[in-house]
Amino acid sequence: MQVDSRTRFDNFVVGSANRLAVAASRAVAESPGAVYNPLFIYSGPGLGKTHLMGAIGNEAVERAPELNVEYLPLEDFVEQIHAAVAVGEMERFKQRYGRVDVLLIDDMQFLTGRRETQSELLRLLNALQGSGRQIVMTSDRPPSEISDVDERLISRLSGGLIVDIGLPDFETRVAILRGKADERKVSFAPGVIEELARLDVTSVRELQGAMHKLSAQQSLDGTLTPGQVREVLGIESPAPAPDVPAPADEFFSFVTNIATAVAAQIEPWKVRVGEAIAYWSGEGYRTAALERLMSEPSAPPNYEALLRGYGHAVEQLRQLEQKVTSVDASLGGDELFRDPQRLAEAAAFVERALTGEVPPHGPQAAFARASFQESASNQMAVRAADAVTAEPGVRYNPLFLSGPSGVGKTHLLNAIGNELAARTGRSARVACVGAQLFIDELIAALQDGQIERFRARYRAADALLIDDVQFVAGKERTQEELFHVFNHFHSAGKQLVFASDLPPKAIDGLEERLRSRFEGGLLAALDAPDRALREKLFGRFLAEGGGAPDAELLAYLAERPLTSVRELIGVVHRLRAAAEAGGTPVTLDVARRELEPAGTTTIAPPTTVRHAADMFFLDDEKIVWEWPDVVGRLVEDMR
Amino acid sequence: MSLVNYATREITCKIVYYGPGRSGKTSNLHYIYGQVPDDRKGKMVSLATQTDRTLFFDFLPLDLGTISGFTTKFQLYTVPGQVYYQTTRKLVLQGADGVVFVADSQSRQLEENIESFQDLHANLSEQGIDPRQMPLVVQYNKQDLPKDLILPVAELSDAINFRNVPEFAADALHGPGVFETLRGISELVLRRLSAAGTTPAGAGSK
Repeated sequence: MQVDSRTRFDNFVVGSANRLAVAASRAVAESPGAVYNPLFIYSGPGLGKTHLMGAIGNEAVERAPELNVEYLPLEDFVEQIHAAVAVGEMERFKQRYGRVDVLLIDDMQFLTGRRETQSELLRLLNALQGSGRQIVMTSDRPPSEISDVDERLISRLSGGLIVDIGLPDFETRVAILRGKADERKVSFAPGVIEELARLDVTSVRELQGAMHKLSAQQSLDGTLTPGQVREVLGIESPAPAPDVPAPADEFFSFVTNIATAVAAQIEPWKVRVGEAIAYWSGEGYRTAALERLMSEPSAPPNYEALLRGYGHAVEQLRQLEQKVTSVDASLGGDELFRDPQRLAEAAAFVERALTGEVPPHGPQAAFARASFQESASNQMAVRAADAVTAEPGVRYNPLFLSGPSGVGKTHLLNAIGNELAARTGRSARVACVGAQLFIDELIAALQDGQIERFRARYRAADALLIDDVQFVAGKERTQEELFHVFNHFHSAGKQLVFASDLPPKAIDGLEERLRSRFEGGLLAALDAPDRALREKLFGRFLAEGGGAPDAELLAYLAERPLTSVRELIGVVHRLRAAAEAGGTPVTLDVARRELEPAGTTTIAPPTTVRHAADMFFLDDEKIVWEWPDVVGRLVEDMR
Repeated sequence: MSLVNYATREITCKIVYYGPGRSGKTSNLHYIYGQVPDDRKGKMVSLATQTDRTLFFDFLPLDLGTISGFTTKFQLYTVPGQVYYQTTRKLVLQGADGVVFVADSQSRQLEENIESFQDLHANLSEQGIDPRQMPLVVQYNKQDLPKDLILPVAELSDAINFRNVPEFAADALHGPGVFETLRGISELVLRRLSAAGTTPAGAGSK
């Protein structure tokens, strides 16, 4: 049986009462069999179970036309079993359903007492689920409340996700009715739909019926007023509020009342636009275009077209995003796909992505060359870097930076990238990535069979800078790719820069062909900051906090044995915090108090100890620098 | 205070409960506060003296959620009724979108009611607002008291409601009439949304 093509997600109004059910249904339609299997939807009659189920079927087919989607009410299913049994073709019956990819069964509550059907269904469900096919079922009650059903079947039905749909709230009812009215191309006077939505009904169908009656009446008598709604429908107006006991939900009825008053007072087009903005911004889309519309003094003649256009644009954005994520998941979620005004841009972006032209990551702007401090310990590397940016691909290619952690390799690498990009203008594509990212992208590309695209992306860059290149050690496939990329860059005269915590020959598990290539350019080492550099860095970092530090303080700080710039920044932070706590600027006194544990004169363990001991325990963050005072400790002990 | 802001899609109504001392303005707010579901409740701010009479003012923000795409908020204020808090009353009245006049139905309070009603008009005029343009409803509170203590609604109406604005009998302590009053004033206020492009008449307040 075919799914009703009118039951789609885009004409299913989402409200708080059915949000979960819709979200689950969408997830199922997007990847049948992968999530929530089986999906069991239950609700009172006329609240949209069948619509939702149909929407799953339609959406699933739309996304993957080859899927075999079968919809049927349980009654039909039972009949088919009976017929199959009668003609002795049970096998064919089983085969037929074995081929179904998405099975939608409506009205499961009729299972009650049908032992044969139940066992047949159980077998079928096992078979379908075992082969990863999606099953969606609906019922007017949860599985556990369908009486006289086999325990095993109940547990099977409950095994996926059970969601319910409640009675839509007032706002949702209004939205549903508006949608239906649009669908049927009938229009009502302002306030009529709100009045209709306020009727005490138990299902959307009832509501729809009432609307049909109104529209029929309207075709006879002309436009109805809100006041006539109840009269036409033969419903008595609610009795005037009794004056003794106050009804419990006075507030709610007040809100409803206000809603009608607002709806009646604000021009309908503003209401429409306002609702659209609330909805789309809730979905995470930018609504600037619609917001501009709101400030118009009167209804723009084409506002409906604009609203529709906006909806279309969003739909297109969704499709584009989907398309691009199918190629590269990391490209989804881009801001571009949230702003319908940038549709063209998004389309171009996707176009480029599909042809492999999304550039790899560039250098981080935070690492500027100007903020890199030079001294004897890193002079050679800095000179080399400057030479590279002056004549990329000519002087030193590749440039290999090595040095222990926290001496500024990453900073220098990114600074080179920024300089290169700035020097040749924005058109230059400088790829600046960590080796780990390079590996991850390679793996993702291999997984998706997009290896060509991966290569094209990197090869399209004008310079390639890879940080922490020691991570490629022992990863054969990455090294092979890197080898090819290297050759491509090198032969094309494009600059290559690598950074690593070890020089190439000390990296274990690095293939000989790469090692020799890395060594073929210039190896520049960065050493732990020397005293002069430390003094400069302390001077700079402390000055950033406001107030130039005095020379005595700098000299004292520079004497402290620190092996990396990161450590140094840690010390600056601590000093600053201590000074702030004391309400004073950072002075020599503060530094002494903070950095020298009370009672000891030596600042830090002798260097031999520092080197011998496990560095982990000498990390500033791991050491308790200040013990609580005696009173504090006593209180602790008393507890 | 503009009532509706199309740019940010907000509707904000400031409604002031006005009336003589001890007429039950704060009781109105308390009853409303008690009916609001917890998730919609703002904090009710009440500055009261030890004898439980409003010293400065009560403030009750009500968040009605999104209505027709507009975030709708009501702010309910009460003024202190006692004669000597004139300044606070003027302050609270500033920028009001609507006024509820809460009258005390007790016969011995009739003079106070009339005095306070005149005071309201004087204060509005002083702020450059034409009292006839300000949405106003009158509530005859304490209708639950024994009949021999209070005046019937018709009589009160004759004495106070010479402008013939919507009027409501109420028992603010127990609830009857409270929401009817609020609804009455809200409808009056909201009716002005479409009228004359949303600028409250008597602009100049705030």
